[in-house]
Amino acid sequence: MKTARVAFAGAIHTAFEDPKGLRLADGRVVPETDVVWLPPFETGTIIALGLNYAKHLKELSKELTITEKDEPLVFLKGPGAIIGHQGQTRRPKDVTFMHYECELAVVIGKTAKGVKAADAMAHVAGYTVCNDYAFRDYLENWYRPNLRVKNRDTATILGPWFVDAADVADPHNLSLSTYVNGERTQHGNTADFVNNIPELIEYLSEFMTLQAGDVILTGTPDGVVDVNVGDEVVCEIESIGRLSNTIVDDQVFGR
Amino acid sequence: MNFDFSPFHLSGVVYGTLMNDPEALADLGEQVNEAPYKAPPKAPVMYIKPRNTLAATGSALCLPAGHQSLEIGACLGLVIGRTACRVPVGQALDYIAGYTIVNDVSLPHDSYYRPSIRFKARDGFCPIGPRVIPASELNKPDELDVSVYIDDNLVQQSSTAGRVRSVAQLLADVTDFMTLQAGDILMLGAAARAPKAPAGSKVKIEIAGLGCLENTVVNEEELS
Repeated sequence: MKTARVAFAGAIHTAFEDPKGLRLADGRVVPETDVVWLPPFETGTIIALGLNYAKHLKELSKELTITEKDEPLVFLKGPGAIIGHQGQTRRPKDVTFMHYECELAVVIGKTAKGVKAADAMAHVAGYTVCNDYAFRDYLENWYRPNLRVKNRDTATILGPWFVDAADVADPHNLSLSTYVNGERTQHGNTADFVNNIPELIEYLSEFMTLQAGDVILTGTPDGVVDVNVGDEVVCEIESIGRLSNTIVDDQVFGR
Repeated sequence: MNFDFSPFHLSGVVYGTLMNDPEALADLGEQVNEAPYKAPPKAPVMYIKPRNTLAATGSALCLPAGHQSLEIGACLGLVIGRTACRVPVGQALDYIAGYTIVNDVSLPHDSYYRPSIRFKARDGFCPIGPRVIPASELNKPDELDVSVYIDDNLVQQSSTAGRVRSVAQLLADVTDFMTLQAGDILMLGAAARAPKAPAGSKVKIEIAGLGCLENTVVNEEELS
């Protein structure tokens, strides 16, 4: 099943797919254009991966006969960065390189502590699409990626749908694409993960207890480009959803 | 843990600050200009303590197998009182509801370039408390004595004074790019040369006017 969280007519609702738009839990069917999309679940700890699609890294590792993988590059995000489908993301005027990152978001469904990879998928509740923007101009070499680059208000978009894990046959074989103003600029497949979902859950749950609502953003493939004010950015993952977002300028935010 | 230090409700969102003591950068000497850092930090150096790290006074700090000690980051915690976005320095203190003590526990690590989150995000690595003191009862948050005791021996004496960013300046700089909400905690950052606590030791952090936050370091094997 797919569920969304939307604001409509003075309240927040759980919403379902319907041929005529969206069906709210209370029975009302409303056009998609009449709702405000919120992140599709209440986020707990937001865990993000860097460099998890490095195909070339795998190739290089084989050449070097490296048998052990490096530790995954993990960072955390705060709740203020999160917005929903069809939201606005601010591009500060002093920025010269701001790029999207289309990522499969894995939502934890039950507490995981010391979980082995073989048992890990039982802890996954479902999936959604994430677009996690980076602002390269602000990159500094202290506690990378520093929060000014990766934890800005409005810069992490989740949605539109939360998709039950049971409805996704193989999360490690999903095509991902990003379109900027309709033109495809990024394309990859989750089959190319360096660390797959069970490996990530085993790694993380060794030192931190994962709880329902925690989410793992699994990294992005190559193909990130600068986006500008007015651009519509769509991140699409096969079977999961199509997440759209618009870039706006400082003026919209009264700056 | 219970996040209600009545009348304050903590949201569970906790941000840490590093390198906010000029001596911490000074200790690195020329390294700050060399690879991998290549320059001193410009923006506040920040990180997140996730909800699995949050703990209360009296809790056990788990020392994982293969490690000798835990680093004790004695921090002033600013408890945000209302939505704080682009807060001007001159008004920043008005956005703080109160203050508390945060023990930002870490596994000791030498590199600040891209340290693994397993150094700071382990279960129970962020005790907070023992209470929140209303801002109205603490007029000078930038002039507080901070003491760390390990097994009742004073091992670090510092102050919230003389920081790279004062309480107000830090809140202004942070809220320029990320909004903080009521109940969020922002740490001012520990003083340079954080002390280390071995297994079995009692750790006590005292900040003038805020009381004492006490925890015990326990070997992982003994906890399980």
